[in-house]
Amino acid sequence: MSEQIIERPVPADGPTAKAPQPEGKPERVASLWRDGWTDLRKRPMFLISAFIIVCLLVLAVAPGLFTARSPFSNGFCDLTNSMTGPGHGHWFGYDVQGCDIYTRTVWGTRNSIIVGVVSTVLTTVLGGVIGILAGLTGGWIDSLVSRFSEVFYALPILIGGLLVMSMVGSSNVWTVSLVLSVLGWPQVFRIMRGEVIGNKYNDYVAAARALGAGPMRIAFRHILPNTLAPIVVISTMNLGVYIATEAALSYLGIGVQSPSISWGLMINDAQDRWLTSPHALLFPAGALSLTVLAFIMLGDVVRDAFDPKLR
Amino acid sequence: MGRFVVRRVLQAIPVLIGVTFLIYCLVFLLPGDPIRALMGEKQDPHLALVLRARYHLDDPLVLQYWHYISGVFRGDLGTTYTGRSISDIVAQRFPITLKLALTAFGFEAVIGILAGILSALKRGKFLDNVVFIATLFLISIPVFVLGNVLQLELGVKFKLTPVAGIEDGWPASYVLPGLVLAATSMAYIARLTRTSMIESVRSDYVRTAIAKGLPRRRVIGVHALRNSLIPVVTFLGMDLGSLMGGAIITERVFNLPGIGGQLAQSVSLREGPVVVGLVTLLILIYLVANLVVDVLYAVLDPRIRYE
Repeated sequence: MSEQIIERPVPADGPTAKAPQPEGKPERVASLWRDGWTDLRKRPMFLISAFIIVCLLVLAVAPGLFTARSPFSNGFCDLTNSMTGPGHGHWFGYDVQGCDIYTRTVWGTRNSIIVGVVSTVLTTVLGGVIGILAGLTGGWIDSLVSRFSEVFYALPILIGGLLVMSMVGSSNVWTVSLVLSVLGWPQVFRIMRGEVIGNKYNDYVAAARALGAGPMRIAFRHILPNTLAPIVVISTMNLGVYIATEAALSYLGIGVQSPSISWGLMINDAQDRWLTSPHALLFPAGALSLTVLAFIMLGDVVRDAFDPKLR
Repeated sequence: MGRFVVRRVLQAIPVLIGVTFLIYCLVFLLPGDPIRALMGEKQDPHLALVLRARYHLDDPLVLQYWHYISGVFRGDLGTTYTGRSISDIVAQRFPITLKLALTAFGFEAVIGILAGILSALKRGKFLDNVVFIATLFLISIPVFVLGNVLQLELGVKFKLTPVAGIEDGWPASYVLPGLVLAATSMAYIARLTRTSMIESVRSDYVRTAIAKGLPRRRVIGVHALRNSLIPVVTFLGMDLGSLMGGAIITERVFNLPGIGGQLAQSVSLREGPVVVGLVTLLILIYLVANLVVDVLYAVLDPRIRYE
């Protein structure tokens, strides 16, 4: 990853000393990020997944644009429609309470996206910061934090979720995100710590130290940019995984609770009548699968574009 | 080698104690009073006091944990609040989950690795694309949806497999749940094997093996495969633990009386010792599997030595 160093020369101490731009046309420097981005834009899979994700984000931000009524409005559900199959005006049919499945599926997007994004951001920040500090400090602090992370790592996420969610009591998207983050940070931590340990004996770190950079500056201005690629890759892939886990927790009855809308919860409600009216299960399941698919595809292409080991 | 194993086992002990303590804390913090729940409408304050004393419920958390863990080291997992031995529950429930997880493990190892090899050898061809798209779908479709769909199609409509329960024993009752449980990991293994195989097929030692006239089967099966299995084995080792944990959903879809249902029930009844016992076993399996993986590295790649 020497390109990174070329692009940003090791600054002298004090404020960032910008490399003087040579006269005339600046030479094009290919950083890992610019290379990756150029690579990314050319991949059809990236364009497809980005398109789906943009659509999902629009649905999450403004579900009202796509549905005539809010699923929380009075008289939205009409029991006389219970389990009616798809038809004109109600393309996804009705569920057992007589609620329109299309409207509920559209409005359910928001919770899935919130859980995916919040959990991913929290695990990345938490695992990244703890990983960089543990990796640089070394010694007994590193051993202690590593053992501590193993305790969480060894706990299967659904089992841990079952315990923590029952403890928390009130389940909504925010508590679910928090629980997933508490259980998920060790994964990012391990990668970050490994990367930092692999990087900290490099010459550029010694050079920065020789120039008088403090430990915080070395950690966040020098080592962090060089360890970021694998973290970005794993976090992108985790987006889909967390969305799927939220649905699984809600499916088990320990995630998002009614009257909040979650695809996992809708699937759970529809499961008992799956034999007679499969539509109630298939539409939320399709939405969930499509969302996870889009994020997994994004993770795939981002990995191919940014993972230094694969380039 | 021996010293390496001993060191790893010693390292696992604090993790195990940490996990049991963590779970104990979580169960301790669960809202509700288990003895009141046990008595229902006929509350008897005197009996409640006796029971609370017997199960050390009024002791501080650390003391309760100490009672529990010292019992575990004497080989006593304790009893539930209704007086049933927890070892009994474990003996009844655990084998079912273990069978399910091992069935899934077998599926993902065999099918995943085979699909990976095939797709690496036919890189860029039709088969490679089929495998790629199949893995995308397997990863994206949630386990509980896949389980429901396959249960309906194969179990109810075509009557190929038992619909639910374990009455047909192993393997019949476990094939479909095992396949469903294995689906996601199978896809990851196929991808991992493919990447790793492509790398080793290009390497010098494979070229040498071809150049000296070894049959293709031996070059692929021994020289290339063995060297590309290291990341796959790492994944498999880590995955056994997640399979046991993930079984909670598959067990629910197919109504298998494994530890998943028991865990959910015990959490709601606040039966700390049951929850801790079952989860500790899960984590023990995870730790042992990881140890086996570390030892396997040396078998797969003789360059790795344990000093």
